[in-house]
Amino acid sequence: MKKSIVLLLIVLLASSFAFAQGTKEDATMANAPMKVGVIYVSSPGDFGYSYMHDQGTKAMEAYFGDKIEVIRMENIPENDSSERVMENLIDEGCKIIFANSYNYMQYMLNVAERYPDVYFEHCSGYLSNDNMSNYFGRMYQMRYLSGMIAGAMSASGKIGYVGAYNTPEVVRGINAFTLGARSVNPNATVTVVWTNTWFDPTLERQSAVALLDQGCDVIAQHQDTTEPAKAALERGKYAIGYNADFRAIIGDDRVLVSPMWNWGNYMIPEVQAALDGTWKSQSYWGGLDDDMIHLSPISPLVPQAMVDKVMAKQDEIKNDTWDVFWGALKDNTGAVRQQAGQKMSDGDMLTMDWFVEGVIGSVK
Amino acid sequence: MNMVDFITKLLAATLAMGTSLTYATLGEVYTQKTGILNLGMEGIMLMGALAGFTTAFNTGNLFLAMLMAMFVGGLFSLLHAFLCITMRANQVPAGLAITIFGTGLANFLGERLGPASNNFNLTGMNLPSTFSNIAIPGLSNIPIFGALFNVSILTYGLYILIPFSWFFMYRTKHGMVVRAVGESPKTATALGISVSKIRYLYTTLGGVLAGLGGACLSLSFTPSWNQGMTGGKGWIVIALVIFSTWNPGRVVIGTLIFGGITSLQFSLQAAGLKMVIPSQFLGFSPYLITLIALAGMTIINQKKKGSFASPAALGTSFAIDDK
Repeated sequence: MKKSIVLLLIVLLASSFAFAQGTKEDATMANAPMKVGVIYVSSPGDFGYSYMHDQGTKAMEAYFGDKIEVIRMENIPENDSSERVMENLIDEGCKIIFANSYNYMQYMLNVAERYPDVYFEHCSGYLSNDNMSNYFGRMYQMRYLSGMIAGAMSASGKIGYVGAYNTPEVVRGINAFTLGARSVNPNATVTVVWTNTWFDPTLERQSAVALLDQGCDVIAQHQDTTEPAKAALERGKYAIGYNADFRAIIGDDRVLVSPMWNWGNYMIPEVQAALDGTWKSQSYWGGLDDDMIHLSPISPLVPQAMVDKVMAKQDEIKNDTWDVFWGALKDNTGAVRQQAGQKMSDGDMLTMDWFVEGVIGSVK
Repeated sequence: MNMVDFITKLLAATLAMGTSLTYATLGEVYTQKTGILNLGMEGIMLMGALAGFTTAFNTGNLFLAMLMAMFVGGLFSLLHAFLCITMRANQVPAGLAITIFGTGLANFLGERLGPASNNFNLTGMNLPSTFSNIAIPGLSNIPIFGALFNVSILTYGLYILIPFSWFFMYRTKHGMVVRAVGESPKTATALGISVSKIRYLYTTLGGVLAGLGGACLSLSFTPSWNQGMTGGKGWIVIALVIFSTWNPGRVVIGTLIFGGITSLQFSLQAAGLKMVIPSQFLGFSPYLITLIALAGMTIINQKKKGSFASPAALGTSFAIDDK
């Protein structure tokens, strides 16, 4: 009898212990942070592209607090080893993975097909799947606005543009910038120098110097370092930044404005959807309305009347009453590319391979 | 813009671009002359760029920054010398390891040596002062060649170093010793020369010059620190050594052609002349010219019995008891 009571007690104790254990485990499961993987093509220390993505990741961390845990992977090559990196992140328990560069696209799709329970987010590509989205922003709209400022501030009407590669993204940006410059300064020209690299401080600087030597007095850029801007400032000329707020980084008001990214405004709702279980695959091209792109504060050297003009144009874009590639367009050989009254489709913008009137240079 | 003006500015850009390459190429020539191949130049240049930048950033003393870049460059090539001479390691993987280690370490430290206000990152920091161009009155106003007399002190330094190096290598007894070690370490040993000592000395000197070449970028040409800012120049150096046919006097020909074509591709585009030659073609043309030069030299060497040949013992390890 005594023995059976002891046995019963032991069983009760053990089971209650097991139950307690179980409830505790359930509690940690519910409160466990969701793991988020982030893959960068370069180091966030570059003050360029990956830096701005990391600012987005930081905004996301601040927003969700201990609800998420971020695993960052830096300097990941855009080859098949990125697949291994994604698989490692999934092994670590990541529920959603962001990758910030174009050439991860196919590798991400491969992994997405193998892991249907994980959400994948690919920046700047065009492929998607049931569990893989692609996303990017209408940066060309900000290029247009920065072009207006460049056109207004250029005394010579000669503006230089240091471009990385002749991809549709860069070409679209140059065209939008040129249209913006010529909207306030109809005779302005934009001379393009290709560096054929996203990141090379010396080549970027040399390109800017070559443009300055030709009499350009504003230098804009689609590059990852601040060197083109710095070269312009050293000659006492103006610069237009990109990615981050160059005026704040360099500390010179002659950086007139910088078109900037705000990736956090895309990442936060996506992670929220993943937490809520409402995540859906999409092809996303964000704009001003969700503040995925924006202009840095404009330099005090730009006259207030011009700032007002830029802000009025920005409102038109925001209200969808106007966009950059609406209306008649000619290319820089004089051929008509679009009739008055027409609106360019997203598809045509995403494959753009010609320069508008006013650009000196060639895409090929 | 007229043609003279165009060429003057092109020459100025070429000199600015070529200075860093010339120091490093000269360093590699000294190294290879003794028979040691150092493929670690890319890593050593980047470490030099970092050491120079961080010193200048913290002390504001450009001279000290230069010395620091040279010291760090020397230290790294000393490591290469130890691996290749004392340990008798294969020089190719040893050099590659130096490059990978050097680039990695420089990028790692670059995110840690900066001020706390910038999250300890050196990228985005500006130097209190940089090596700017010094114009020699009168001379710098000459059309075209005036560009030679409006350069930074680092470039002026080369005007002395290049002829000196040529004179040293071909007109002094010690220069002959250096060449002997690279041509036939066995003969040199028989003459009572310490092959190891000479090789150690000039491998280290090579690194000192490569470190300075890196500092030319971070203190003068693009005064800033950026990850991987040498952008493959350490590899171009290896090609330029071959281009110079291991003659310090000819180093400048290769670096001028290379720097010139690189600058030309941008000048042509900026002048709106890009349609003539595609930018991709101009981008790879310096490498194409190197290939053509290599082929040409091989042909000449066959006909004229090795007048442009590499040091005979290049890339081989040596010990006194070798048969």
